[in-house]
Amino acid sequence: MNRYFWILGAFAALVALLAIGLNLNPRDVPSPLVGKPAPAFNLTILATPDKALAPKDMQGKVWLLNVWSSWCVSCRAEHPVLVEFSKKVDVPLIGLNYKEVRGDGGFDMSKMPADEEKKLAFQRANKWLSDHGDPYKLTVMDLDGRVGIDYGVYGVPETYVIDKAGIIRMKHTGPISPDVLAQKIMPLLAELNK
Amino acid sequence: MKRHALIALFIFGSFFGSTAAMADAATEAATAVDPVAEKRLQKLSEELRCLVCQNQTIADSNAELAQDLRREVRTMIKDGKTDQEIVDFMVVRYGDFVLYRPPVKGITLLLWGGPVALMLLGLFILVRYLRRRATRINAEDQPLSADETSRADAMLKEIDQK
Repeated sequence: MNRYFWILGAFAALVALLAIGLNLNPRDVPSPLVGKPAPAFNLTILATPDKALAPKDMQGKVWLLNVWSSWCVSCRAEHPVLVEFSKKVDVPLIGLNYKEVRGDGGFDMSKMPADEEKKLAFQRANKWLSDHGDPYKLTVMDLDGRVGIDYGVYGVPETYVIDKAGIIRMKHTGPISPDVLAQKIMPLLAELNK
Repeated sequence: MKRHALIALFIFGSFFGSTAAMADAATEAATAVDPVAEKRLQKLSEELRCLVCQNQTIADSNAELAQDLRREVRTMIKDGKTDQEIVDFMVVRYGDFVLYRPPVKGITLLLWGGPVALMLLGLFILVRYLRRRATRINAEDQPLSADETSRADAMLKEIDQK
């Protein structure tokens, strides 16, 4: 009898281990960038293509960097939350448009000249924002995804919370749900803005 | 019936054969002619995880990100970066998770030590079981006492009489 308790116990432990393990989100990879300065970039601004933005322009402010794209399905789910956020909260939300054209998968990039890609990307991004509402203070264009690599982007949408000193304080991979916003992001913003 | 299966297999095989050849041609064209750089790219790519498809290396994966990262590695090789510099570049951005062979650290101790610990536990249980069994068999192997012998004899006699 005693032996069967052992086996049953071991089995229960295994089930518990699997239950915990399988409920973890495998996309939730801890970012090594948290606690480090936001990587530098200098990218064209969507609304004013003759101007560029660098993270150091945001120095002294707590701000959010949200990586999005018009081809990204989860961004659509997240978008209303961001629109709502931008209406209520006075924290600058900067959009980083990630590989608008070449990330789409529907274009043969070997046949598209760079200036055509740029034109198309601006067109598509602008259209998307006018269709769905623009929660961003401004959006910068990362056409080739090079800045995305510096930020360790691997699944759009992704969102970074950056503090007044330019240090990344949080990274969220995947769409921001109202729960994530209320429980993770808002308390952090309040603390950083103290 | 058998013929159909053969035909299906042929179509299947030729399809996969051709796509594989196409993929090869595409990567080869991109790395151009430097076989040493190509070899390094291949080796490094096999050490780096594609974060989109998680259980593939960036050498195996054809995800967008894997292609971008291969391009990065290629550029860094061209710029004369060492393997360690290239790996560090990836780790700084994506964390240890990008390494297909995670480093031995406090947090990965269970990962590396777990199998050994389990094997030691198994050995311990096995040895204990064998020892116990040995003592039990020894205990049972004692010759019968005088009393037991006479009782056994009596029982055997009883059977014989029947």
